[in-house]
Amino acid sequence: MPALKQLLDSGRAVEGSRSCPRAVVAAPAWRNAAGRLASGRLALLGLWGEPEAAHMALRDTQTGEVGVISIACPERRYPSVSERHPPALRLERTLRDLYGLTPEGLPDPRPWLDHGWGGAAAPEPYPFLPVEGDCLHQIAVGPVHAGIIEPGHFRFTASGETVVRLEQRLGYTHKGVEALAEGAEIGAAARLAGRVSGDSTVAYALAFSRAVEAALGVTAPPRAAWLRGLMAELERLANHVSDIGAICNDAAFPLLHTHGGILREQTLRACDAAFGHRMMRDCIRPGGVAADLAPDGVAALRALTRSFAQRFPAMVRVYDETPSLLDRTTGAGVLTPALARQYAAGGYVGRASGRDFDARLAMPYAPYDALSFTAPTREDGDVHARIWVRILEVEQTLALIGQILDRLPEGPLSEALPAPDAPCEGLAVVEGFRGDVLAWVRIDADGRVARMHLRDPSWFQWPLLEAAIENNIVADFPLCNKSFNCSYSGCDL
Amino acid sequence: MRALLLEGLLRRPLTDAAPAPGDAALEELAQTLGRAARRKLGRSLSIREVDAGSCNGCELEINALGGAYYDIDRFGLRFVASPRHADVLMVTGPVTRNMREALLRVHEATPDPKWVVAVGDCALDGGCFKGSPAICGGVGAVLPVDLHIPGCPPRPVEMIKGLLALIDRMA
Repeated sequence: MPALKQLLDSGRAVEGSRSCPRAVVAAPAWRNAAGRLASGRLALLGLWGEPEAAHMALRDTQTGEVGVISIACPERRYPSVSERHPPALRLERTLRDLYGLTPEGLPDPRPWLDHGWGGAAAPEPYPFLPVEGDCLHQIAVGPVHAGIIEPGHFRFTASGETVVRLEQRLGYTHKGVEALAEGAEIGAAARLAGRVSGDSTVAYALAFSRAVEAALGVTAPPRAAWLRGLMAELERLANHVSDIGAICNDAAFPLLHTHGGILREQTLRACDAAFGHRMMRDCIRPGGVAADLAPDGVAALRALTRSFAQRFPAMVRVYDETPSLLDRTTGAGVLTPALARQYAAGGYVGRASGRDFDARLAMPYAPYDALSFTAPTREDGDVHARIWVRILEVEQTLALIGQILDRLPEGPLSEALPAPDAPCEGLAVVEGFRGDVLAWVRIDADGRVARMHLRDPSWFQWPLLEAAIENNIVADFPLCNKSFNCSYSGCDL
Repeated sequence: MRALLLEGLLRRPLTDAAPAPGDAALEELAQTLGRAARRKLGRSLSIREVDAGSCNGCELEINALGGAYYDIDRFGLRFVASPRHADVLMVTGPVTRNMREALLRVHEATPDPKWVVAVGDCALDGGCFKGSPAICGGVGAVLPVDLHIPGCPPRPVEMIKGLLALIDRMA
């Protein structure tokens, strides 16, 4: 019997969970799930909580099925998952900080998002992991960095130039998103979801909207679904092309940064012309889209793809024909396929290390179920591979934009949201540029959001950066870090 | 690579024409900038950007300012890596409780005269995060703010207008 089905059958099914089954299980089954995660039969999609329950979204790696198991925590404790499956560690530390649930057996009891506001939990100063050995020194970086980027702290332990250990400390941009969503109207929660991670505003709005629609049993009309796909691909395009340039910039090669920046700006201007906002913020809402494509939007987007056809291959040629640049990116920051698999790492991080998971293909949703594309992978797992996966994805995305513009269906732009007659729940997974974004929502009988949980792909990528940087030189950290380009705000919630 | 470089030399620049300084911004600044400071700094400003808890949307647009289309270096504006070199702190986001101390230290590390520009709707009053116990509020809740540039995120051209107003008042 498939591992996930067995787990779900062992518990009590929750009514009103419409997009995927959810079951409340007892502690032995919960522990069993942790074991299945460790053995690779299940992949962890998310782990979140509320004051008296913990939830875990799981994907059966053999059948592809997705389900949620929950454990009641009347005593405010539950068996730790990360004790057996380390990828759950930061999620469990977060759960404890936000909801006061104690994961019994938690291997690392230090607070995560709580930097001291939670009262007794946070010792000051933060106890970084001890490092012992001769000739080691530490380098502390952040939370305020030299560039125009998000805040976070990196603690390097180095032996000469070589990184022996990197430890990340995040949580600086914690804004209390989940608590703000509690009791919010659906529209307000959607705006909040679109501001969890600014570079993925489309992906988050789409994930949240699809979760709400699943809960309420409605489907966005075809034209809305296709416009959503168009926006998601434009967001991917803008981020990938600027990332490719920015990674090269961190290898002291600003030429491609400039050219990537030009293509990014052209993309944002085309988005502005087509949807009225450069980043398409608040353009997707539960039920459909906020507005139709502007009359001259198609022309602007066609001009954009023509510009890419002209400029992007030249960028790729320069990258591939500059040995001094390739020397920096090849073999730097290697992430092994085994670790990518263990952490169920999504996006270019997973796919550059041989994990061929792309939510658009693995958990298809409109309009991707009607479009033709592939998710390119590499096996080498270094900075070079993460650049190449992005290059290949840009090509796929340009083709997708062409297909959508060619076949965009006519029709209404949104579906009215019905009033629920009882509490209901929905879950959705969307492929953002960085990887799979998970949204889970519970809606009260009065139509308000009771709980919202949004899981950024970076939860399962940040810890891998710590592993990938080991034995690289300190000077290669910016390069490796940018090739991961993890979100701070997305994980700090 | 030669072809790309050659094309860059021969092509007309992509850079947009400069916008006029923002009216609202001018009004706001009239009250904050002293003549002595203007004499000291001339028309050149060094800016240190601090993300005090933003979603990263504002950072993306601030990054665009340095690109070919906006090229703010031509106005004498430049981003610096340390507050020690800065005249202006451009602060984004609601100030989270976890970033409050870091922001205060950055401000303290910035030599006088200095100005604080709050960027984005969250930086005004917390925006859609207003009321969360995890934030202190807008930038004004922690630092004295000289200029606020609204938007979610503000368009790059709006940021240039605000910054131009800042140097116009100084020059």
